[in-house]
Amino acid sequence: MNWFQDWALTLAIFLPAIGMVIILFIPRAKENAIKLVALLTSLVTLAVGIGILADFDYSNTGVMQFRVNDSWIDLIQARYHLGVDGISLPMLILSMVVTVLCIVYSWNHFPEPHNPKGLLALILLLEVGMNGTFLAEDLILFFVFFEIVLLPMFFMIGVWGGPNREYASIKFFLFTLFGSALMLLGFLALFFLAGTFQIPSLTAKAGIDIAHNTQNLIFLGLFLGFAIKVPMFPFHTWLPDAHTEAPTVGSVLLAAVLLKLGAYGFIRIALPTLPHAAETWAPWIGLLAVVGIIYGALCCLAQTDMKRLIAFSSVSHMGFVMLGIATLTAFGINAAIFGMVAHGLITGMLFFVAGSVQHNYGTRELSRLGGLLTSAPKMGWIFGFCVMASLGLPGLAGFWGEFPAVLSAYQPAPGLDVTTFRIFMVVAAIGTVLAAGYLLWMYQRVAFGTPKPEFAEAHIHDVSKIEWLAWSPMLIGIVVFGIYPQAIFGITNGAVMKLYGG
Amino acid sequence: MNPGWDFHALAPLIVIVITIVVVLFADFFFEYRGRFRTSQFATFGVLAAMVPVVTLAVDGGTRVMFGGAIVVDPYALTMQGFFLVATYITLLISVDYIGDGDYYQGEFYVLMLTSLLGMLVMTTARDMISIFVALETISIPTFVMAGWRKHDRKSNEASIKYYLIGVISSALMLYGMSLVFGLTGSTLLSEISTKVASIDEPLLIVAVFLTLVGFAFKVSAVPFHFWAPDTYEGAPTPVTAYLSVASKAGGFVALLTIVYFGFFDAPDTWQPVIWVLAAASMLLGNLAALRQTNIVRMLAYSSIAQGGFLLVPFAVAADGGAAKASFEAVIIYLLIYGAMNLGAFAVVITLARRTKSAEIESYAGLGSYAPWLALLMSVFMFSLAGVPPFAGWFAKFVMFRSVLEAGTPAATVLGVIAAVSSVIAFFYYARVAREMWFHSVREDADASPVQMPIALTFAMGVCGVIVLAVGVYPQAFAFLGDFAAGG
Repeated sequence: MNWFQDWALTLAIFLPAIGMVIILFIPRAKENAIKLVALLTSLVTLAVGIGILADFDYSNTGVMQFRVNDSWIDLIQARYHLGVDGISLPMLILSMVVTVLCIVYSWNHFPEPHNPKGLLALILLLEVGMNGTFLAEDLILFFVFFEIVLLPMFFMIGVWGGPNREYASIKFFLFTLFGSALMLLGFLALFFLAGTFQIPSLTAKAGIDIAHNTQNLIFLGLFLGFAIKVPMFPFHTWLPDAHTEAPTVGSVLLAAVLLKLGAYGFIRIALPTLPHAAETWAPWIGLLAVVGIIYGALCCLAQTDMKRLIAFSSVSHMGFVMLGIATLTAFGINAAIFGMVAHGLITGMLFFVAGSVQHNYGTRELSRLGGLLTSAPKMGWIFGFCVMASLGLPGLAGFWGEFPAVLSAYQPAPGLDVTTFRIFMVVAAIGTVLAAGYLLWMYQRVAFGTPKPEFAEAHIHDVSKIEWLAWSPMLIGIVVFGIYPQAIFGITNGAVMKLYGG
Repeated sequence: MNPGWDFHALAPLIVIVITIVVVLFADFFFEYRGRFRTSQFATFGVLAAMVPVVTLAVDGGTRVMFGGAIVVDPYALTMQGFFLVATYITLLISVDYIGDGDYYQGEFYVLMLTSLLGMLVMTTARDMISIFVALETISIPTFVMAGWRKHDRKSNEASIKYYLIGVISSALMLYGMSLVFGLTGSTLLSEISTKVASIDEPLLIVAVFLTLVGFAFKVSAVPFHFWAPDTYEGAPTPVTAYLSVASKAGGFVALLTIVYFGFFDAPDTWQPVIWVLAAASMLLGNLAALRQTNIVRMLAYSSIAQGGFLLVPFAVAADGGAAKASFEAVIIYLLIYGAMNLGAFAVVITLARRTKSAEIESYAGLGSYAPWLALLMSVFMFSLAGVPPFAGWFAKFVMFRSVLEAGTPAATVLGVIAAVSSVIAFFYYARVAREMWFHSVREDADASPVQMPIALTFAMGVCGVIVLAVGVYPQAFAFLGDFAAGG
């Protein structure tokens, strides 16, 4: 399997690009051929992912595997350096699976102005950026992939989005672009002070030869780049707009994978390369995280649009992830990674259901909805299941993302102020109560009661075959990881211990 | 004294001179309808001139002629290659425009080739006199080309404005140069460079300042930019493409030569001036571009702003260890800027044949009836904005790299201004993409497929491939920057 060891990661990143190019050359009228190529591409990419899973050495998850290290831009000493370890593996597989499911779901759900060719090509291009970001081991390579993600999402929102799509798409782009400009300056500063763009060497040096104040400044640049992407309060304002206007698959990809790029950046780059600065900033990250938890939850309670509510719940849930990261402990980071996967599956599902509700009812206004359980019982139950998972019901995946993250704040890394973090813990715990509040409130308004008079006569389609196909893997995942969280913790722990084990 | 004629080193110039003569005479012998063939002679000549450039590059080494006034080194060869390719692409995008419009054909190509000759000389010039002569050889034909649509008032206005500004800037520059000669006793840059550091006269500041102001006019840096939008809008669009890429690059090459080979050791005289020009061009160019509704005017302000980004490495060149990084940054930025800006103009010209309009609004819904054209235009726009995976990101990257390599507070402030400006810039570049993809076709517009002439298609294709390939594998141009900087 030597061949596979050398090429797996390159294939995982660039197969979707090949599929995209093929799609560009198929005439627009041949929709079935386009859909088929897109689906096959994403499936083959996933097969590569499964191959990586099968060939991965689970006894050494802390070691970068399937490593590729070739020259790329000699002039600036940036290299084509890829690798996968226990932290990136779950994210990579998540990204591959969600892409397949989004393509399946799109099969007969193309929003106006239809054009499957464009939408599917963009989804595949998005996958290039997502997979690449999770695998890059070179700062410049990371930056390029991190940015590649922007264009497809910009077009997805702007072309297939809702009424306010232009505003939402440009806002999304400008926010992220601003963050990544500062991030790039941070990367360059790191290069000139530490002499390399390679993440492993930077991690090994851990910024020892950089003055403390300079470290803090560089960290600020990286922080802004990543925090805007997560997004953390107060940089989150692009998210509700983007989510509300984006087409269903756009929302799903945004929630399930794109938001994770920022948190992954913290875990992979910002914290390990500048540990001292991370210690200085951790209380502030923690503070913004818990403010985000509460603020997001309170905003949820004020929403009238289903998708906007779920979007704000993302702000709140990513707050838990960031709290886990802010503790700088292996326990907290493990929880954060689990939280990312769980949030990806659960919120992705919630957006899928919201999309189908919109497809059926033509509206997402909570005041006009009701009685989903009577008019489309299967969809109602699935929705209920996801709501339960999202509010952190033990036995489902959401619990293992939220509970350990809160718990980890009890004992932050040495050097951090214990009292501060315990206060954060209490506030975050209140956040879980609020989460139960707004999620159940949303569920009650959408699913309980009888359908409103305007929809009393309407024929509401229950879950279709395509939807079953797209949704069941995520539903199964939510249950399996809920019952057996070790499936993910077992992979992440080794790698996390290596970086944060003290 | 043996003037030291090295015919191999001069071969690119000789080929172009022969081509000029051939095109000029061929024009007499062709019937009116056969005159498009003059363009074929011109393109062939430009391609032929590439051959000696390549053989010289393979040969390596530095060839010095005429007592040091002309030097053929890797830097000169890299830029000669750039000017030849840029002119070749400009020829491709001119052919249909000039052929359609009932213009004089042969003369147009003669003028363009003469301007090219000036550029080729400029790359090798290492003496203030030869730099000045080369710069005038670049400029004078373009004054005429800007007024090519002679029955159009706007074209006349463009030509007159450009001419007057050109004369004023030349006068200022010459005055500055004469002062430099008075202070150093030489016009040779190599001699000047050994003396500038030890000159204590305040007059040196005036001398360098005037010389730089002359160049600032040529490269339309703010606040000496006001002629550019009017000239760009009024001139025939292929000429605008030429002005904004090749001719502008000519100005930058002159600046690069004079700063690096002449004034480098007296950074206090030129760095602050260029710092201000760079900051003002980035901010003002980008902010003014936001308000434009005409694509050519928008591209005019965009090229002012891009000129600002290009000046950034100059402004930090003498700080820290940034000299080499800055030199490379300017070269690489110019190469990438040329490809993406020419590509954008090729699309504008293709579309103007159909819509007869340069309003950005007329691009509405282009993605639905001409998807490839819209795709290419988006690639060029996002590349100009500096978004990966298109080549523009690497241009911006090397610019930021030189800033951080310098590391002084002044450099850092300039870097922040550059970062903020590039976010502003995204807004107007994205506006074109939004118009093409997010909006539907306007009711009065003709939405049948757009006719794609072969020369224009080829030009767009070449630019598109360069922008994509260099964006994914920047080493393809980065090595040229390294080569030009002397390895």
